[in-house]
Formats: sequence, C-alpha cells, structure tokens
Amino acid sequence: MDEERVARQIAETEGISFDSGFPTEEFMVNMGPQHPSTHGVCRLLLSMDGENVKSVQPHIGYLHRAIEKICENRTYAQIVPYTDRFEYVTSMACNWVYCKAVEQLSNIEITERSEYIRVIMLELNRIASHLIFLGTFGLDLGAVTPFLYCLREREWIMDLYESVCGQRLLYNYIRIGGVSRDLPVGWEKKCIEFVDYFEPIIDDYEELLTYNPIFLTRTRNVGILPKDMAIDYACSGPVLRGSGVQWDLRVDDPFGVYDKFDFEIPTGTVGDTWDRYIVRIREMRQSSRIIRQAVEGLPEGTCVAKAKPTFKAPEGEYYQRLESSRGEIGCYVISKGEKKPWRVKLRGASYNHLMALPEICKGIKIADLVAIFASFDAVMPEVDR
Amino acid sequence: MELHGIFEYFGSLIDKIGLPGFWEFLVDNTLIAAVLLGVLSVMALFLVWWERKVSAHMQDRLGPMRTGWHGVLQTLADGMKLLQKEDITPTGVDRGVFFWAPVIVFATTFLAYVPIPWGEKLIPADLNIGILYILAITTFTVIALLMAGWGSNNKWALLGGMRSAAQIISYEVPLTLSIMGVLIFAESLSMQSIVKSQAGFFDWYVFRQPLGFLIFLVASTAEVNRTPFDLPEAEQELVAGFNVEYSGMKFAMFFLAEFLNMFTASAIAVTLFFGGWNGPLLPSWVWFLGKTLVIVFILMWFRWTYPRLRVDHLMEFAWKWLLPLAFLNLILTGIGVYLWDALVGK
Repeated sequence: MDEERVARQIAETEGISFDSGFPTEEFMVNMGPQHPSTHGVCRLLLSMDGENVKSVQPHIGYLHRAIEKICENRTYAQIVPYTDRFEYVTSMACNWVYCKAVEQLSNIEITERSEYIRVIMLELNRIASHLIFLGTFGLDLGAVTPFLYCLREREWIMDLYESVCGQRLLYNYIRIGGVSRDLPVGWEKKCIEFVDYFEPIIDDYEELLTYNPIFLTRTRNVGILPKDMAIDYACSGPVLRGSGVQWDLRVDDPFGVYDKFDFEIPTGTVGDTWDRYIVRIREMRQSSRIIRQAVEGLPEGTCVAKAKPTFKAPEGEYYQRLESSRGEIGCYVISKGEKKPWRVKLRGASYNHLMALPEICKGIKIADLVAIFASFDAVMPEVDR
Repeated sequence: MELHGIFEYFGSLIDKIGLPGFWEFLVDNTLIAAVLLGVLSVMALFLVWWERKVSAHMQDRLGPMRTGWHGVLQTLADGMKLLQKEDITPTGVDRGVFFWAPVIVFATTFLAYVPIPWGEKLIPADLNIGILYILAITTFTVIALLMAGWGSNNKWALLGGMRSAAQIISYEVPLTLSIMGVLIFAESLSMQSIVKSQAGFFDWYVFRQPLGFLIFLVASTAEVNRTPFDLPEAEQELVAGFNVEYSGMKFAMFFLAEFLNMFTASAIAVTLFFGGWNGPLLPSWVWFLGKTLVIVFILMWFRWTYPRLRVDHLMEFAWKWLLPLAFLNLILTGIGVYLWDALVGK
C-alpha cells in the first residue's frame, strides 16, 4: 500500500492521472517546423490527451531573416526588393505599403494612373493569395482536388504579372513615386478577360466545398473566435471580418484611390472556421469587381517612378498601413534626414492571428487544429520577418 | 477465352507426372499461390498507376507521362527505386514488431484472395465458409497497423495506429451486418454459390439489397482507409500516420497492400451485389475484372472529391447511423423473406 501511495505522489507531481484505472499521461508533440499543415516553418508545441489537444504553444522565429535590420543599411530605393520577401504571397501590398510610407515622409506626389495601377495589382494579388488559401485550406481538410484548380487560376494571374514586371512571385513593381514601368499594350484587355473567366469559376469552388456536408461538419462551429477576442488580439483582415467586425482599411482608412470604387465588405456571423472561409470567397468576388472598375476607369498619363536612386528623406517618421490579403500590414519608417532610414518596422497581420491560436485551441481535436490554423491563413515570413 | 482451360491443362500435366498425393497437393497449391501473387502484384502496380491517372485527370493534370506509354511503367520504376533503398530501422523502435507489421499487412491482403471467384471455375479454393473467411482474415490488417503504429516509437505513428484500430473495428460491425442480408437470399457462405445464385441481371442482389449495398460501400471505404475515411494516415494531420517511420520496401508493402485492399473490397462488392463473374458473351474473368474496376473507380472518385471526416464524427457515423441502418436492413430482409416464403412459397 505504501508503495502505491508513493507512486501516486510521484505521479501527481509529474501530472500523471490514474482516473481511468490506468496510469495516463498527457504527451507533448512537436507539430512542425517540418509538418505538412503548418504552412512553412511554424512550430506548434501541442500538449495532447489522445486525440484531444489540451494546449497549443506556437514557437516562431524559424524564418527570421532580419529584414528590418537589413533595411537600415540600404538606401530607400534599395529596400523595395526586400519588402517583397516580407510577405511573398501578397508582395504587391508590401511594395506598396513601404513606398507609400516613404512617399508620405518625403512628400513625393504620384500620378493618378499609378494609383489606379497599384489598386489593380493589389486586388489581383489579393485574389491570388486567397486562391492559395482556398487550395491549402481544402488540402488541410483532405480535399486535394480544389488545390490544383486554385493553382490553375493563380497561374493566369502570375502570367499577367509576368507580362507587367517580368516576375511571378517577387515583383518589385511598385516603386517610390509610382511603378517601375507602364502596363504593356493590350494588358487591360487580358486583365478583363481573366476577370470574366474568374467570376463564374468561383461558383465551381463553392459547389465543391461550401455546402458539402463533410466540409460543413469540419468547419461549422469549429475554432470560434468571438468578436471582442478578435479585437483584443488586434486581428485584422478576413479573420476579424469573419468574427463579424466590419473593419476594412480600404474603407475605414482609405489609401490610394479606393474611395472611388464601389464594393462591399463581406463579414461573417459567428467567427468560426467556415465564416473565415466564406469571407475570403466573397472577397474574391469583390476584388474582381474592383479590378473591373479600376481597369475601366484607368486614366491616361505617366506612371513610371522618377525618384532618384538615392535621395535624402527629410527628418521625421511615418506609419502607413493598408489592407493586405491577410489583414493590416504596416510600415513604420523613421528618418534622420540621411540617405538611409534610421529604422524600419514592418507589421504583419499573421503574427497577431497566430497569437490568438492558443486561446481558441483549447480542448479541440487535432484535426480541428489543422483546420483552424489553415483558416487563419498564416504566412510565416510575415510573422518572423 | 476462358482461362480455366489453361489451368486445367497444367493440372492434368501434373497429374500425369504421377507424384505421390501429398507432393501433388503441394505443387498444385504452390503454383496457384504463385499465379495469384503474380496477378495481384501486377494488379497493385496497375491500380497505383490508374489512381494517379484518375486523380490527374480529375484535377486538370496529365499525371505520369514519361515512363512508358502514358506512364504505365511509372509504378514499376517507383517500385524498383523503393527496392534499392536502404532498409532503415530507426533507433528506439521495437524491432520485432516494426519488422513484422508490413509482412503481416501484405500476407493478410493476399490471404483474403483465397476464396475470391475470378471466373466461372477460376477460384483458388472455393471454401464453404468463403465470405466469413474473408471477413476474418481482413480484420488481421488492424493488428498489423496497430503494430506499425506502436512499434515505430513515434507519437504520430501511434496516433495513426490507434485511429486505424478504432476505425476498422467500428466499421467491421456494419460491414458484416450489411453482408448478412445477401446471405439470407443466397443461403450459403460459399462465394461461388453466391455468384451462381445471381445468374440473371435482375437477380443481382444490389436490386434486392440497395440499402445493404450502400452500407457495404461506405463501410468498406472506411475499412480500406480511403478518403473520406483515411484518418489513420491523414497526411495533413498525422504527417503520414502509422507508416511515418517506414521507408524503402517496407513502405512499399504498406502502399501496395492498401491498393490491393481496395481491390479486395471492390471484388467482394461485385461478388455479393453485382453478380460476380456473370455476364453474357465475354469470358467470365473479363466480367469480374471489369465490374471490379468500376467499383474501384467509384472509390477513387470519392477520394478525389471529398474532404476528410473528423475522428469523432467518424465514430458517430458508424455507431449512430450505419449500425442502426444495417440492423434495420437485416430485420426488414428477414421479415420480407419469411413473408415471401410463407405467402408465395419457395
């Protein structure tokens, strides 16, 4: 008897429970950094009881490249390609947010045409990014086929980008004072062709997933992120809108020429995985609408950036934010009046979303964890920078 | 062209040699086993290639194209590659259990083919307990998967092994019950007599047992671990599940066994519900293969269309839906047959 008592005491201090008659123990599992569903190199330390996840602890930093530090040693124009790597799935937004911050800091005017082109590029990039989300989300739930369809459509956008700036992923297209070159002849027509093709295709995706019973049971009421918690964690973008908060920087803090377009902001109701999915699906439709309006209203004129390769930004600081595909991305530039910025801080939306993960992942199944993680659409370079 | 003529010819040759009884029996059965092994190995290679092709065309791709005509030799090339791989046994594994798991998976998969009728007289052994034998032998797979999960000394593998145990045992029950309906009609467990009792097109049991067939199809999809029930090896959740630590030929054994299990499930479905090898004009084995491949195609179709279920939904589905439905089916069939016999007579 004495031995059993001692064994129980040891077990209690080590967190082993005898409740079921057998000694059971929570076990720790490393999910990642090499795991198919952590979308890059996120490492989640899971404490598990069989299939049930007791707690999740995200470990980040596996993709840290010190971009912010590198920026301190480059001239303003040299930094633009580095911002591509900040969040490579929506790199147009990163180009834009940095260039916009520097433009505001040094009072550089840009033409109406380049504003319009920037809008078209960002919205195309938003569609491309949401397609990646849609594909990988399906993949993580075990539906492999939509992934291939999504990449097929994304390919078209990549081709459009390639003909504009010669790059398919890291564009370096938006420059301080405009864009790197004008649109090629006939590009507008090709862009409209894509939108014409793409808008009905979204229905096909919805047929495959949205109301599929298996898909619904996997996503409905899974990983609910309540409104106030989403605000507390400074979530933004589709994650915040999925929780029912109508907050979109394109409307609430307009940048560029977004105030000239007519579009809606889709929001979810409950804040579950399905809401975050459907918000992105609807956003793709709205983005198509914006592209159509922007291409039709594209003004004539110049758009090529004329800023000198090296210039001194006046002393001061500026924070610019804009609505990327994942939410609010921001760029904070401090200048001491030299050729190089004194400090550049980049804000990524995924970082905040990842921090909300432990809160909503208590007592769920491991399969749900995969679904929730995918619905946040976290991109690791944006988290680690 | 009926194949059994060839086999009978060779059988009579062996008879003429005049070996003592025991040796004749041994040579006979070894030859049958060898033929079966050859056919099934080719079948597994073909199924892997076919799955890749089917998935590719569903996904707007071409799939393997380089090795042979439309990539037919792709699986062979992959198999050769896996054969040449170093056989890695990770440190910390339970060596015996780790080694025997793929062997048992492979062996039980082949053993299930003993009473499967490929054609009119083309059956390795027409056991009088045919279907019962198959159900018993295929359940061995779960032991092997559990061994693989446990022996690997890997948490992901253990989760996969546990999932497969829970899943296969749960779905075994509705699967068996759904077969019972057919057995009431056939009044025999022997596979050949089940096939012979559905000679005409409208004698196919799928028309008398539509619910039974649906339950069988769903349960056997779960039984062979395919999407939407592929939880034991859910790549996105458990990395690769029970076979995460396996490489080289051991991995290939799991892989080929999985495809053969799919073929087994389809072959049973055809035998029980679609008249087996019955069919006009063409040789019986062509009918059997054709029908089976159609069912295999349906299973592949499932896989490339649906997302995966969650583990608790999976259990709920088995115990709360399939099992009551299977019981209902069995009871209704029993009452129906009884009333038919009483009112109309045999």
